[in-house]
Amino acid sequence: MLTDHLLIFLAMGIVTYLPRWVPLYVLAGRDLPGIWVAWLELIPPAILSALIAPALVTTGSPKHFDLLTPEFLVAVPTFLIAWKTRSLAATVLSGMFLYWLAGLFLFPG
Amino acid sequence: MTALNSRSPSIHDPLSRIFEDGVRAAWPICLGYLPIGLAFGVIAQKGGLTPFEIGIMSLLVFAGSSQFIAVSMMGAGAGLPAIVMTTFMVNFRHFLMSSTMAAYLRGVKKTWLSLYAYGITDESFALNLTRFQEEPWDWKRAFVVNQTANIAWIGSTVLGGVGGTLLPAGAFGMDFALLGMFLCLLVFQLKGIFHGVTAFLSGVSAVAFSLLFGGNGHIVAASLLGATLGLALKKIFFRRKGGEKSC
Repeated sequence: MLTDHLLIFLAMGIVTYLPRWVPLYVLAGRDLPGIWVAWLELIPPAILSALIAPALVTTGSPKHFDLLTPEFLVAVPTFLIAWKTRSLAATVLSGMFLYWLAGLFLFPG
Repeated sequence: MTALNSRSPSIHDPLSRIFEDGVRAAWPICLGYLPIGLAFGVIAQKGGLTPFEIGIMSLLVFAGSSQFIAVSMMGAGAGLPAIVMTTFMVNFRHFLMSSTMAAYLRGVKKTWLSLYAYGITDESFALNLTRFQEEPWDWKRAFVVNQTANIAWIGSTVLGGVGGTLLPAGAFGMDFALLGMFLCLLVFQLKGIFHGVTAFLSGVSAVAFSLLFGGNGHIVAASLLGATLGLALKKIFFRRKGGEKSC
């Protein structure tokens, strides 16, 4: 049982490590063509948005679209706070506070 | 992002200072990992994993969502190939992050690069990238961020496996910590109109793909599509503009 599990974890670890490692190992310190640099510059906003958006407006199982999730309702003021303050601490803490409030009053239970 | 204080960090600082800066920078990640790690520990323990196994899994894999999925697949009796294949697909998004991070890790020894690669997660990538872009930051401090997050992840998952959730559900809004951090880092990334267009296109397609296809492929697919369309629009726009100027 234990060895079965450890084997699974080891295999998972390897296939998780490879995509983390290959680009770094191959690309670090190499000059890329300008078009690739321009493309990679757009990857961070793309990834962040792709990570965030489904967490805000999809819910349930099976997944469905929903604009009235606590996550989305809290994300709107949190986004504005980030925009205004440009402070990670202020954004994270006020987001948490608003989410806690939303849980208490808007989405009890 | 505002500098932590007036001193200007440098890669030649004593290790204690580098360590302190890295640990300090990692706080939103640690805060966010705690409820998720505890929840994972509880689920994994219910799924038949011992705290020791949970710790080994978190150490070897260090990728939250794939660990949740793997535990549920193990519970459903899935075999090793299916679990490993799913893990690979879920975690392939790190390929894009690693490609982007490479530009900031020039001159780092290959051994350290290989160790650094292990610590690339959604959270550490986003946090370190912003630091690299916005203020004096170096790979050593970034490495400390990665490893602080790693310790927080391993610790909280094992803790969940041993002691249960420990936190009341929804405590202090901690479940929102990582989303709040990502939102703020996204704002920092909106450096121009085409960054905004890219984020919008990527977000909309991520929602559409996740609803249409389920699974976790939507992150990679939407990021590739968003960045490519964003770049294409940028090229078209500047070509037009250039064309008008030359007329």
